[in-house]
Amino acid sequence: MDEQTVRHVAKLARLKLSDAEIARFAGEMSAITGYIAQLAKADVAHVEATVHPVADRNLWRADEVQPSFKREEAAANAPESEQSFFKVPPVIE
Amino acid sequence: MEELLNIDATEAARLVRERETTAEALTALVLEHAGKTEPRVGAYLRLDVDGALEQARAVDAGKVSGPLAGVPVAIKDNIHVKGQPTTCASRILQGFTAPYDATVVQRLRQAGAVIVGKTNLDEFAMGSSCENSALQQTHNPWDVSRVPGGSSGGSAACVAARSAFISLGSDTGGSIRLPASFCGLVGYKPSYGRVSRYGVVAFASSLDQIGPFTRTVRDAALSLKVMAGRDPMDSTTPEREVPDYPALLKDHLKGKRVGVVRSYLDEMPNREVAGAVQRAIDHMQALGASIVDVELPHAEYGIAVYYVVASAEASSNLSRFDGVRYGLRKPADNLLGMYEQSRGEGFGSEVKRRIMLGTYALSAGHYEEFYGRAGKVRTLIKRDFDSAFEKCDLIAGPCAPFPAFKAGEKSDPLSMYLCDVFTIPASLAGLCALSLPVGFDAAGLPIGMHLQAAAYDDAGLLSAAHALEGVLKPEVDRVPAIA
Repeated sequence: MDEQTVRHVAKLARLKLSDAEIARFAGEMSAITGYIAQLAKADVAHVEATVHPVADRNLWRADEVQPSFKREEAAANAPESEQSFFKVPPVIE
Repeated sequence: MEELLNIDATEAARLVRERETTAEALTALVLEHAGKTEPRVGAYLRLDVDGALEQARAVDAGKVSGPLAGVPVAIKDNIHVKGQPTTCASRILQGFTAPYDATVVQRLRQAGAVIVGKTNLDEFAMGSSCENSALQQTHNPWDVSRVPGGSSGGSAACVAARSAFISLGSDTGGSIRLPASFCGLVGYKPSYGRVSRYGVVAFASSLDQIGPFTRTVRDAALSLKVMAGRDPMDSTTPEREVPDYPALLKDHLKGKRVGVVRSYLDEMPNREVAGAVQRAIDHMQALGASIVDVELPHAEYGIAVYYVVASAEASSNLSRFDGVRYGLRKPADNLLGMYEQSRGEGFGSEVKRRIMLGTYALSAGHYEEFYGRAGKVRTLIKRDFDSAFEKCDLIAGPCAPFPAFKAGEKSDPLSMYLCDVFTIPASLAGLCALSLPVGFDAAGLPIGMHLQAAAYDDAGLLSAAHALEGVLKPEVDRVPAIA
């Protein structure tokens, strides 16, 4: 995996990486994806993918309003909040 | 009083129940002992001395009762305990206080357990040695120059050091079983869905399970009985009956068929591990089990599948750490910059590596080659187990390729990933599995056996482990010198 790919993926993942990290990750991720490439040897013709290990179905709660956190509680961990809104840097100029 | 540190949780609960000791005395003893061992072990990120004593006094006052009443328990710091920080051993959760108890914590409290503190882990449970913690290093109580295993290293180390009777860990690819084998404990990964994950910080949702570290199998059975079952807050917990696991433990293996993958033992470079596991298999036969050869031909792809699936799920789960609702925020003049700076500075190397790998595996042009194919090979691994469990009730083998290694020994990420070669396939297939202490190597390091059973045969698995534990007791009943 080259450094250009690492930069592209870091952008998709919203991660700021230093130049040193980019160089290191290029090497390490090449080794890891090289190892993963052995999956190509497995015969997966006509095999469905498993995304959930047990056949049980998800059991959803009824879509009903339940008691929940107060707004102040939900916002209590925010790095910046105002009147229990989450505050973020400007999104539009 | 000191000798109480070496009894198991079941016995400790009995002593409290029958008023032979008090919850407060027991809790104070454990806290005082932790004060002595912690400078050398470093298992806890935080001990809640006042809170623990208060919970213990509530038990003594008869306000709380239950099967774990008065038993000091530690919680991995990726599981919420209301009013306390949850750090995931990461800088990115700086300043975060959990606004609610995880379901498992709620159920432990209802059973009377005393929550004494939060334990160290590899950051976001990603690692096999506990060295990826951004906050502190945890040392193996059997040899402090060695790692406790990971990711639930703190939870393993505190129970081994006698600084808690039970601890909770989370296991995504071996994060309970590997440290249990390195620290000489029973480490239990329940069947997928058996225990609610509500209130555990998600890593890989199709794999994560919460389970206990204990010093005996009956303690694991009791912990599971307390924690298991349907929780409306976790849609993967089915409406299945929770058996009375402790009552179902037997002391023989008559009629049980134990499957062994011969090549795992024959080709194992560490002959001491292979020897200890083989002796345990011989004991199983003497207890009445029949031993049958089984094959898991696709298990060799387990690590490759795991690092695609777990990383892909992690890259999605960890997108919530963006500096908006909680945790670290690095200022920037626009929103995108704030996300990138906060995440870039907040996450450690291994977490970034996995997010990158997962993002890559899910990205346009690579999805089918990585994520799509890994899911299909996962099916093949699962089918191997389905066929194996037609021939046997349990699969026995080594839990790890070697005993605990030295801190700093595995600096290359890929060589660290290979530690989990024996534990990952069970996670991919949703099985229940455990590590059981079966011996020590010449250096005095514990060796663990891996026992696996079909999904939701937790009762059968625990019963078999209990029977084996009974005959191994004289060989494995040791306490680390540090404790």
